[in-house]
Amino acid sequence: MPNKALPYLLLLPATLFLLVFFVYPFVEIALLAFTGPEGFTLQHIQTMATHWKFRPALGWTLLLAAVVVPIQLALALSMASIVSTLERGRGTILYIFSIPLGLSDLAAGIIWLAIFEQSGFLNSLLVGLGIIDQPILFLGYQSIWVIFLAVVMAEVWRATAIMMVILVAGMGLIPKEYYEAAEVFGAGPWKRFLKITLPLLRPSLQTALILRTLLAFEVFAVVIALGGTTLPVLMGETFQWQFALQNRSVASAYALVILIISVAATLVYLRALRVPKGATL
Amino acid sequence: MTAVAGTDTARRVEVRSAGRFLFGAAVVVLCVWVLVPIYLLFVNTLSSPQEVSGFPKTGIPSFDFGSISFFLNFAGVLDALLNSIIVAVLTMILSIGIGAPAGYALSRFDFPGKEAFRLLVVMTRAFPLPLLALPLAVLFIRTGLDDTQIGLAIVHTVLALPFAVLITFSLFSGIPVELEEAAWTLGCNRWQAFRKVVLPLVLPGIVASAVFAFIISWNEVFAAAVLTIHNRTLTAFLVQNLNVSPLHLKFAGGAALVIPALIFIFAVRRYLFAMWGIANR
Repeated sequence: MPNKALPYLLLLPATLFLLVFFVYPFVEIALLAFTGPEGFTLQHIQTMATHWKFRPALGWTLLLAAVVVPIQLALALSMASIVSTLERGRGTILYIFSIPLGLSDLAAGIIWLAIFEQSGFLNSLLVGLGIIDQPILFLGYQSIWVIFLAVVMAEVWRATAIMMVILVAGMGLIPKEYYEAAEVFGAGPWKRFLKITLPLLRPSLQTALILRTLLAFEVFAVVIALGGTTLPVLMGETFQWQFALQNRSVASAYALVILIISVAATLVYLRALRVPKGATL
Repeated sequence: MTAVAGTDTARRVEVRSAGRFLFGAAVVVLCVWVLVPIYLLFVNTLSSPQEVSGFPKTGIPSFDFGSISFFLNFAGVLDALLNSIIVAVLTMILSIGIGAPAGYALSRFDFPGKEAFRLLVVMTRAFPLPLLALPLAVLFIRTGLDDTQIGLAIVHTVLALPFAVLITFSLFSGIPVELEEAAWTLGCNRWQAFRKVVLPLVLPGIVASAVFAFIISWNEVFAAAVLTIHNRTLTAFLVQNLNVSPLHLKFAGGAALVIPALIFIFAVRRYLFAMWGIANR
């Protein structure tokens, strides 16, 4: 076989697969959202934008990402720093920290439901400690902020691990000599973290932030498990329009909104945490 | 003079041991934060249905298998479990079958178009992939793939394929070309050299990335819920029944989702960081 053709033959299945099942469908989403029986129409976009749940869904989704991602970043950085400085038991601690990485968001939602539901563990603890007399209904449809808080807890619990793993891998690439040199010049642990770890971790930070922010925009099962449809989010509304209301076009319009904020967030991160060419380790 | 130096070192030792204590406390707190919610889910799963809705809770399992047998005998659960496994296995086969050749090509050849392919793979990260389920639902109805396991496995493969490509790329890059070249000079053709020399060396890594693909599929909720009606996976089954199912069904279902993920993450823990370290680049 001629060697020139071989790489292309090996790449062919993956390329075809991604073109048919990744590139084409995203074009199709736009087509579905903008076409009606008489060709081009803004009808579906209008239906979506004027529906009373659209603004809350967009608002809650963005707020959730704005709250969850910074908490996760701080927590993931601390966990990664801890793991990197550990001498004994590193493997065990690392495994424990990364357990939530393998759990589905639905499972995470159900796990936190066990804690927050009316007969759940949080109420049991509060009553047992004598702080309250009666179990409180935390996740009722009137307490949307409590549901929001529960979703934040569940998301932070579940999805910090993925950022941590990326950051641990990134920290492993930073040469030890830099830290030794900094120590010689009298830099304390905090200064070393600020002046060496953070700047050199930029590529990993970028990856972790893009990944996490996009997944935060896609939040769905955790919200459904903890609050049903009380707390509207974009992905939940997409599902409602597609599944319950059987309206593909409006569902696609929602999908387009998620797509646009995702790509926008990616571009912002790529610019803000730009890695100068040739500066990677 | 010496006395001053003595107290100074004493204080330094004191500060250091206080720091060490804080560090240890942080590790313990973080481990508790990760592990306790999972423990509580299993407490609920291993309690009778009455105990699950009872109050207050003790936080100690009674090892009653009432909830589990209720879950397993609930109409549709066993089918859903089976469907989840079938879809996940298909995803595993598809993503490695298509991804590994691409990873090999990227690691061994330099050719025009290589960067374009890499871009295509990396681009998948900037898109909310579960949304693919919407346009693909239309395509699948046209081609008779709607509500089938293979249809859903195709969507899950789009999620898993970029990982499979990047992971296998780095696995193959870790094997020196010289080993292959030596096999060629000893009379092997390209395929024989690959099968007898390279494959045995990368097999554990390939298995790890296959397991990873399995978990991605096993945990996926949105596309599964949109695309399957009769052939529901476990996640789709749970999401679609969330507002009608009793608590003990939810918790047993959650545990059923968590257990395989825990086992698999444990099995591939050695490769976790290699994988994400690569996914960085």
